Amino acid sequence: MSVWRTPGGGRIDRTQRRKFRFDGRDYQGVAGDTLASALLANGVHLVGRSFKYHRPRGLLSAGAEEPNGLVTVRRDAARVTPNLRATQVELYEGLDALSQNRWPSLQFDVGRINDWLSPLFPAGFYYKTFMWPKGAWKSLYEPVIRRAAGLGVAPTEPDPDRYAQCYAHCDVLVAGGGAAGLAAALAAADEGARVILCDEQNEFGGALLSDPQATINGAGGQAWVDQALAELSANPRVTLLARTTAFGYFPHNLLGLNERLTDHLSAPPAGRARERLWQVRARSVVLATGAIERPVVFPGNDRPGILLAGAARTFLNRYGVRVGTRAVLVTAGDDAYQAALDLHAAGVSIAAVADLRPQAEGALPTAARRAGIEVLTSATVLGTLGGLRVNEIVLGELDGTGGVRRKRTVRCDAVLMSGGYTPSVHLFSQSRGKLAWNEPLQAFLPDRSAERERSVGACRGIYDLAGVIDDGFAAGAEAASGRSGRRRSVSAHSAGGDGSAFLGAVPLAGASSDKSFVDWQHDVTVKDLLLATREGFRSIEHVKRFTTTGMATDQGKTSNLNALSIVAGALEVPIPQVGLTSFRMPYTPTTFGSFAGASRGDLFDPVRKTPMHDWAATEGAVFEDVGLWKRARYFPRGGEGMHEAVARECLAVRSACGIFDASTLGKIEVVGADAAEFLNRLYVNNWSNLAVGRCRYGILCREDGFVYDDGVVARLAPDRFHVTTTTGGAARVLAMMEDYRQTEWPELAVWLASTTEQWAVIAVQGPKSRDLLQGLVEDIDIGAAALPHMSVAHGRICGVPGMVMRVSFSGELGFEVNVPADYGLGVWRAIHARGEKDITPYGTETMHVLRAEKGYIIVGQDTDGTVTPDDAGLAWAIGKSKADFVGKRSLQRASMHAPMRKQLVGLKSRDGRTILEEGAQVAEIPGQKPPMRLIGHVSSSYYSACLAHPIALALVAGGRARMGTTLYVPMPGGDIEVEVVPPVFYDPSGARIHA
Amino acid sequence: MLLISCPYCGDRPEIEFTYGGQAHLVRPADPSALDDQQWAEYLYMRTNTKGVHAERWRHARGCGRFFNALRDTTTDRFAATYKIGAARPDPAASEPTPGTAR
Amino acid sequence: MSKQTFSGLALIRRALTGHRDWRPQWRKAAPKPAYDAVIVGGGGHGLGAAYYLAREHGITNVAVLEKGWIGGGNTGRNTTIIRSNYLFDESAALYDHSVKLWENLSQELNYNVMFSPRGVMMLAHTVHDIQVFKRHVHANRCNGVDNEWLEPEEAKAFCPPLNIEGNMRYPVLGAALQRRGGTARHDAVAWGYARAADALGVDIIENCEVLGIRRDAAGRVEALETTRGVIRAGRVGVSAAGNTSAVLGLAGVRLPLESYPLQALVSEPVKPIFPCVVMSNTIHAYISQSDKGELVIGAGTDAYTSYTQRGALHINTHTLDAICELFPTFRRMRMMRNWGGIVDVTPDRSPIIAKTPVPGLYVNCGWGTGGFKATPGAAHVFAWTIARDEPHPINAPFTIERFRDGHLIDEAAAAAVAH
Repeated sequence: MSVWRTPGGGRIDRTQRRKFRFDGRDYQGVAGDTLASALLANGVHLVGRSFKYHRPRGLLSAGAEEPNGLVTVRRDAARVTPNLRATQVELYEGLDALSQNRWPSLQFDVGRINDWLSPLFPAGFYYKTFMWPKGAWKSLYEPVIRRAAGLGVAPTEPDPDRYAQCYAHCDVLVAGGGAAGLAAALAAADEGARVILCDEQNEFGGALLSDPQATINGAGGQAWVDQALAELSANPRVTLLARTTAFGYFPHNLLGLNERLTDHLSAPPAGRARERLWQVRARSVVLATGAIERPVVFPGNDRPGILLAGAARTFLNRYGVRVGTRAVLVTAGDDAYQAALDLHAAGVSIAAVADLRPQAEGALPTAARRAGIEVLTSATVLGTLGGLRVNEIVLGELDGTGGVRRKRTVRCDAVLMSGGYTPSVHLFSQSRGKLAWNEPLQAFLPDRSAERERSVGACRGIYDLAGVIDDGFAAGAEAASGRSGRRRSVSAHSAGGDGSAFLGAVPLAGASSDKSFVDWQHDVTVKDLLLATREGFRSIEHVKRFTTTGMATDQGKTSNLNALSIVAGALEVPIPQVGLTSFRMPYTPTTFGSFAGASRGDLFDPVRKTPMHDWAATEGAVFEDVGLWKRARYFPRGGEGMHEAVARECLAVRSACGIFDASTLGKIEVVGADAAEFLNRLYVNNWSNLAVGRCRYGILCREDGFVYDDGVVARLAPDRFHVTTTTGGAARVLAMMEDYRQTEWPELAVWLASTTEQWAVIAVQGPKSRDLLQGLVEDIDIGAAALPHMSVAHGRICGVPGMVMRVSFSGELGFEVNVPADYGLGVWRAIHARGEKDITPYGTETMHVLRAEKGYIIVGQDTDGTVTPDDAGLAWAIGKSKADFVGKRSLQRASMHAPMRKQLVGLKSRDGRTILEEGAQVAEIPGQKPPMRLIGHVSSSYYSACLAHPIALALVAGGRARMGTTLYVPMPGGDIEVEVVPPVFYDPSGARIHA
Repeated sequence: MLLISCPYCGDRPEIEFTYGGQAHLVRPADPSALDDQQWAEYLYMRTNTKGVHAERWRHARGCGRFFNALRDTTTDRFAATYKIGAARPDPAASEPTPGTAR
Repeated sequence: MSKQTFSGLALIRRALTGHRDWRPQWRKAAPKPAYDAVIVGGGGHGLGAAYYLAREHGITNVAVLEKGWIGGGNTGRNTTIIRSNYLFDESAALYDHSVKLWENLSQELNYNVMFSPRGVMMLAHTVHDIQVFKRHVHANRCNGVDNEWLEPEEAKAFCPPLNIEGNMRYPVLGAALQRRGGTARHDAVAWGYARAADALGVDIIENCEVLGIRRDAAGRVEALETTRGVIRAGRVGVSAAGNTSAVLGLAGVRLPLESYPLQALVSEPVKPIFPCVVMSNTIHAYISQSDKGELVIGAGTDAYTSYTQRGALHINTHTLDAICELFPTFRRMRMMRNWGGIVDVTPDRSPIIAKTPVPGLYVNCGWGTGGFKATPGAAHVFAWTIARDEPHPINAPFTIERFRDGHLIDEAAAAAVAH
């Protein structure tokens, strides 16, 4: 054991040694240490360099508020985590940590030159310079600044760890497991509530873990904690979550918790999640988030060895580590004397207590004097000395007239400081509760709640132990039952609790040439804040943004109130008038991976597969994503690329027969006496005159008149329609239908059901399709007379009940076989087998080519949400006799009939060879330079194997009046001449469809 | 994530719902009788209320039904939820619903 | 009123005297009884409009009224992405006008707004995305706006952390890159315009909320009732982003706007790892790295209208899903801070920069999630509109009446519909 480690006491196990590394050097700690306490136990105070000036820094705190001790912890090449607080890193065997933001080493960092040059780098200096020459910002200055900024180095390999997520409900969520939180949980559990208690630390107990003097009901504080935990863990309605930070408070009492599961383990079990994100909906919330000690702002207050008094006490009492051999305490309150007394008792010499107050006559100061500790009142700090560790502090005694009566230099290797406490109102404030300034405590406290929530204990300014526990009991019972419950009686005592506080810089701080730090991590000094006010930044939000105070990874936990006080002082206004910056989630930085959880790869979004998916995969299909669906795009054979495969598939359909999986098309059953009327009101088409057993191509517009979706609609019965939609549009079309059905026309007798996944749809297309299906269908006459184009019949297909629609999106004789999804694969196989050499499976790419040859549009490709039915050449579909349909009124606006609207046309390259690029623009005038006058764009373009030339569809201004004219597609290599042609390239008479 | 009280199913988390925009907009019985300005009012103009807003929600991943709600857009607190067709309740008189402060 | 010149030399000179003689960057003006023009809203758009009114139109008796602190709205809450590769001619003209102003803004304002044209790359994940992006690329090229198509390997070369493996749910199939796009320092934009406008005589009045708009017998704007008294002005321009409906409602003007929460977040700072801006509309992720080293990440809007300036946790989890999928090396990075703004959205997702039905009342609104990039350009043409009582040719299409007449500029519809 080192000289810094005490012989006994604390929450560590001295028998369990833990080897670890820091900056490549081997050290030893013990079980129960944090990296911070283990480093201190090895006499290592220098743990980091500051952001801007690269000043050497030691640990300021022992907890979540730590601004200085940021390290990178590295488990392996991929498991590298930057910017961790050493005070929160639990030590494990083999832990490997690195300091950050220094070069070449922590001891010698050339960046320190910034400190000497700091007069050139006041707050916001970068707004005033680096503007010449123009362009040098990006090429010269910014790269230098970027390299200098940043803290740790981001991981460079994908994170192999797993992250879990869960949702929970409870009656009472208690955030914070110190005395107040434990009491609240006990009382809530007494009322029979389902309770979740979480605490960010590895064990519950909060401040009691560092307070051996505390007594509760006559016994030690730790005994009370142990008993409370025993009671709570025996209660099945209570969930205890240690290492779990309540990081966010969201509307309606939803809280986000981050539970760390493996970071404290030397060898995490394979497969165990690293962290778990809890989303907890609580009927009531008890915030028992404690308070954070405030540093004192004095010149040179950032040297390693200068730390919060409470932190020194925690390191001693909880971790068994002395922070030095000879310490000075700087305080403005009684509480911190306990730290001096504890250290004194542990053999640390207390060279002096510098109390900023004119008098210090409380019990603790008295005890200190009695212990032989020299107490200087009316003291101030004029400076500190020391290279990589503080070795002297210069104290002054104020003469009461703005000067110093006596100046004294005290040798020391540690300075403890305390400006009182800042209640942790982060979560309360996130919940949108209103804060109120409390003058005696010099702090903002929770005032009016916005949610069902109560703050208890130190986070609302109650600091004495008995009061804290009482407050917890009362709030826990009330949160659980809505009334004050059975109150447990408690007698408790601990040191301190007087709540005296000090804010802002110490007297005469400005007289020193050394910097007085307010925000340690961002190197914001008193001078920076004063400069900001001089330059007219008065709102605290402006000061924050100009100086960056409070914007570091600690988000100002130790700095915000001091900054506020200094700004208020400079502006000569009360603190509440300066305002307070908003508290935002997360309370402490929270891992991206825990938010993402299992959402990666195929679990990123649900994958929808058709019943025939695996068959297609086996056949070597290449898939594309359409909405959530995987659709077979083409079926390459041998070494075919997409274009060869598609050409082959196209020719096969045109000459024989193709089989295509159309199952992804949306399907909605519209049923009821008013089903036809309902569709009349929605779709542009007339449905009243559609006979049972017949199909019609339907177009759906939004109320703004633009095409929203399309699809074939079959009338299965007078009161029953089978509506198909685009693959991506199914859900939104159904939602739109439900909207009108429920909210506009509730009087209609009509019901809707999505049947998309009930049916497998097998499109069999091509001149041989009828022959092929002939022997597979029962009870259905699929002859040309009985089942003409655009009709539907029910019957059995391959023995399976289903329906056959005679429809074609290919331009050939074609059928779509609909069977219950579970039979889809079997029927597909049967049809495919029957087809033998005459049948060719094809994918969406071939489907697109075939339909483009016929001039059929794809909604979303040939339309884009600005296209009317008439623009798309579909005016014929509009039911002319209908008084109204969704979108009709918008279509009556003059602009919807302007002759120069963009209209769907076909384009043929004049050279007969060039395949236009989809998205290419169309111009009337050749040879233009940017900006060009453009009149349209190519929406679909393919090589047509069947026609042996390229084809394209385009939306062109006034396009239908331009038939036969030449237009130009301007490309980087020059214009491509194209001829405007009708959009139907293949079989314009439709003879093949009607075969 | 808001906690929303579906009048048919009770309290459910927001992810079960879709938002339906301003409530009580009635589609004109005869849109053709409207001039372009009147039609644009129906189609596009919204109160965008800063305060208590009557709005539609649909319990899309639940019962599927649309309903109306009164929500204060400055706090996101719901004052009431009510069925389509029902009159807009007086927010002051309604029962507190989830998300309402004690 | 002359402003102190900002330069490296000035900085060095004042370093010798402890930086004691820097003056306020803008005066804390008290409202005068009357102005020639008043701008409501002290964000970048409003401050910029005041600056251009003074600078380009000689109208210097101008006040900017801000209900809180300047730059505290969406100007100070956005992810600072700047680009102009929009599809339609009208949009491309407006946003490219802006990019051209960005390119000289630091010099023009003598304030380093840190415009950094590091390239904005938009990822395509589906065949449909490719079609849409290529349409953008071609349209932009023909409009003289730089935008180029990258294959996945080229995209990865431009942004090394990008995952282009096929095992992604929505693999990266390519990207559209605008090299002139980038980022800027948002606060500096507000402060730079404020300082420059102030030097030209503009009064910047903070903590001044507009409570009423008075009109004369002819219906023309006459004065504003504010928390700091009545301020007369014959011309009032409103640049109030999420609060525009409320402000214009005071004059009885209804707008096709809805205000939604939009969130963003930053990671802890790390050393340079991310050289450009990457956007994925398909899986909703927007990311860059600030000069301080934070990864700056934009989330989507919440589903419902709200003025609370906060959004739901699940919106952030979804955003970080996408970030971790695209950049699996960032899974161990940590969120440091999350915040929300209020964005005012029009039905066609394009802004309104126009006269209103009330004479003397002008509005610049409806920027949705994309207002920051347009700050200089929008402010410039808005000032023109106010000064001349007629739109600049660039903002002429961005009227309120386009919704009545059906002349929408629908960037969203043009991109979003899947088949």
